[in-house]
Amino acid sequence: MTEITADHSAGAGTTGRSLLNVGERTRKRNAAEKRFRMMGLAAVAIGIFALVGLMASILSNGLSSFNQTYIALDVYLDPAKLDKNGNRAPEDLQKITTFTIQPLIKTAVQDMLDKRGFAAEGVNPNEAAALISGEAPAELRRFILANPDQIGETISFDLLASGRIDGYFKGRVTMESAALDRNISPEQLVLADRLKEAGILDLRFNWAFFTAPDASDTRPEAAGLGVAILGSAYMMMIVLALSLPIGVAASIYLEEFAPQNRWTDLIEVNIANLAAVPSIVFGILGLALFINFVGLPQSAPIVGALVLTLMTLPTIIIATRAALKAVPPSIRDAALGIGASKMQAIFHHVLPLAAPGILTGAIIGLAQALGETAPLLLIGMVAFVREYPAAPPEGFFDPAAALPVQVYNWTQRGDPAFIERASGAIIVLLIFLLVMNAIAILLRRRFERRW
Amino acid sequence: MNAIKLAAAAILASSALTGAAVARDQVQIAGSSTVLPYASIVAEAFGENFEFPTPVVESGGSGAGRKKLCEGVGENTIDIANSSSRIKQSDIDLCASNGVTEIQEVRIGYDGIVFASDINGPEYAFTPSDWHNALAAKVLKDGQLVDNPYKSWNEIRADLPAQEILAFVPGTKHGTREVFDEKVIIAGCEENGAAEAHKAAGAEDVDDACMALRTDGVSIDIDGDYTETLARVDANKNGIGVFGLSFYQNNTDKIRVGTMGGVVPSVESIASGEYPVSRPLYFYVKNAHLDVIPGLQEYVEFFVSDEIAGPDGPLAAYGLVSDPELAKTQEMVKSRTPMGALN
Repeated sequence: MTEITADHSAGAGTTGRSLLNVGERTRKRNAAEKRFRMMGLAAVAIGIFALVGLMASILSNGLSSFNQTYIALDVYLDPAKLDKNGNRAPEDLQKITTFTIQPLIKTAVQDMLDKRGFAAEGVNPNEAAALISGEAPAELRRFILANPDQIGETISFDLLASGRIDGYFKGRVTMESAALDRNISPEQLVLADRLKEAGILDLRFNWAFFTAPDASDTRPEAAGLGVAILGSAYMMMIVLALSLPIGVAASIYLEEFAPQNRWTDLIEVNIANLAAVPSIVFGILGLALFINFVGLPQSAPIVGALVLTLMTLPTIIIATRAALKAVPPSIRDAALGIGASKMQAIFHHVLPLAAPGILTGAIIGLAQALGETAPLLLIGMVAFVREYPAAPPEGFFDPAAALPVQVYNWTQRGDPAFIERASGAIIVLLIFLLVMNAIAILLRRRFERRW
Repeated sequence: MNAIKLAAAAILASSALTGAAVARDQVQIAGSSTVLPYASIVAEAFGENFEFPTPVVESGGSGAGRKKLCEGVGENTIDIANSSSRIKQSDIDLCASNGVTEIQEVRIGYDGIVFASDINGPEYAFTPSDWHNALAAKVLKDGQLVDNPYKSWNEIRADLPAQEILAFVPGTKHGTREVFDEKVIIAGCEENGAAEAHKAAGAEDVDDACMALRTDGVSIDIDGDYTETLARVDANKNGIGVFGLSFYQNNTDKIRVGTMGGVVPSVESIASGEYPVSRPLYFYVKNAHLDVIPGLQEYVEFFVSDEIAGPDGPLAAYGLVSDPELAKTQEMVKSRTPMGALN
């Protein structure tokens, strides 16, 4: 303000100055403004650049995990090998191992190659069988146990191709890298190309990525997010069920009923501090309290959820108090004025008006909890878990993984195919977060009232 | 803090009520991240071939795993600790003080440690002495102990490539580091005479003096896992990384392995003992859980069976060097022989 008047008085005193003829100080101010704008633009550009870079790397690595290579194979379920007693008794069939099934697949691959005239050079029967994933014998064993009457028949299966073959059709494995790779040879890739031309091998959408459990390091092609998604869903259910009522009750009491004194000030400061505590600290607390003291099982969603609840509570309390504060006092006064009790005024008038803000806070708190890894490290959720947890409530106590933990696990594996899986899991996690944030924005847009 | 305390109390009360009723029906395993891939391969095969649920395998490090094993007896403690180094007396004491008296020690095989560089770089033929000269803080030069002057490999020995020295070695919390220190650095120190010189110079502990690595940024500790080491080698083509054999075997298209004392590391050369840098891998079983947790005895027997841990099994295919004395281990596991005192 002072600058403008100064400028003005200076301008009045000199000749040859007008709006069209820009003076020295004006030029300086304009330049300063321009600089600031440029800096702002640069800041935005850096942000966008980082986001684009991150997304590009994740998407380019991970999108291919949504497709998977399958090989169609007719397998003769040889009764001489599978059922030596010939009685199809379930307890005898139970003893079939994947090691006895593996030769059947080897024979089936050889038969298929012979029938099609693909007897490829430089590929011995073992290498040809290695085109099929190690998951295949397990799949066959499940089928045989479920359908003992099919023993002796030739059944057509769609089996997973091995990780390196899958990588070849996704561009991760090339002829040059295969020449150096001890797990695959260029001849095997040539054979895979022929199978593809013949329509025996094809890429299709990878539903199993969302439903299958994790797989060991030798079978990246079979690894899926099923257990992790279920574990994360269980945890979010418990977190929501615990943190929303507790958080809202605490906020209402603090905002509407609690007297303003030193104690409530202290509580307020502590809640704000708690929101800033590093999440690993909650993990340590969870290990000491829930596992060692209460004796809850390790790796269970219930423990993860309790820890995450503690972490989410401050976020929800802060958001809820802000939402309650935003409701104008005239609403409360009007309700009290026509004879409502304080509780009636709150539950009939204030809370409904504050609901969009509360829900937004809850959803953002949940989204934060969904992506959290550090506290789960300490309570045994970073584990190799292949069994689906049971239906709730018992399932809350079964071991499970969680989405961010699965990402962490996969990035540590030796087989490069797991990088693709990890990036795919990040995409799934991002989609969940995006949906949750979208719901939060929608709620706010739709129901929020401004005074 | 009122509300929080109330909330915590409510959570505790509700969880204590429900938690008591749960019985565990799957085997729980924790420990070494080196053993983790093998343990998960076995766990997966176990789940496929038996009626029991697939065991849950956690990583977190050998030491942490053994501590967890020794926390006590009961369903909320683990059944098996994977370990890439032998159990220590302090662990055994901790176990004993918590009522874990009988532990089985199961050796599953051997793990090789290899030195690998970028696939397009030159070939290396190392000796332990070269590594000590390259990385130790003080080396023997012209009969004198001096601060490490070497900048490139060919200064150490003329037939090594003229490439800048840069090594990514496992951080001190890794079990791999112990083996690296013992079988490469200390062995090299003795080989090139630096150990003698340290002794002559009046070093209190010759091994410690040998193991002190240079701190001028040539030797870089990697606290993460082999994927991080690989990324570092990928970013810096001069770098040489320390890897596990199985990790190398999965990435032969990106890194090339150097020989040690003229021996190419492979499952065969490690099994025969020609390749010097290897170590046994173990897991430790809490005997008190054997008849309590369903499938535990079966899992342990399955792990050391010929089909799994034998030379043609999936573990060997993944890079584990199978134990020539596997039959003895199978016998021991069957009879549930607990381990004796450490020697």
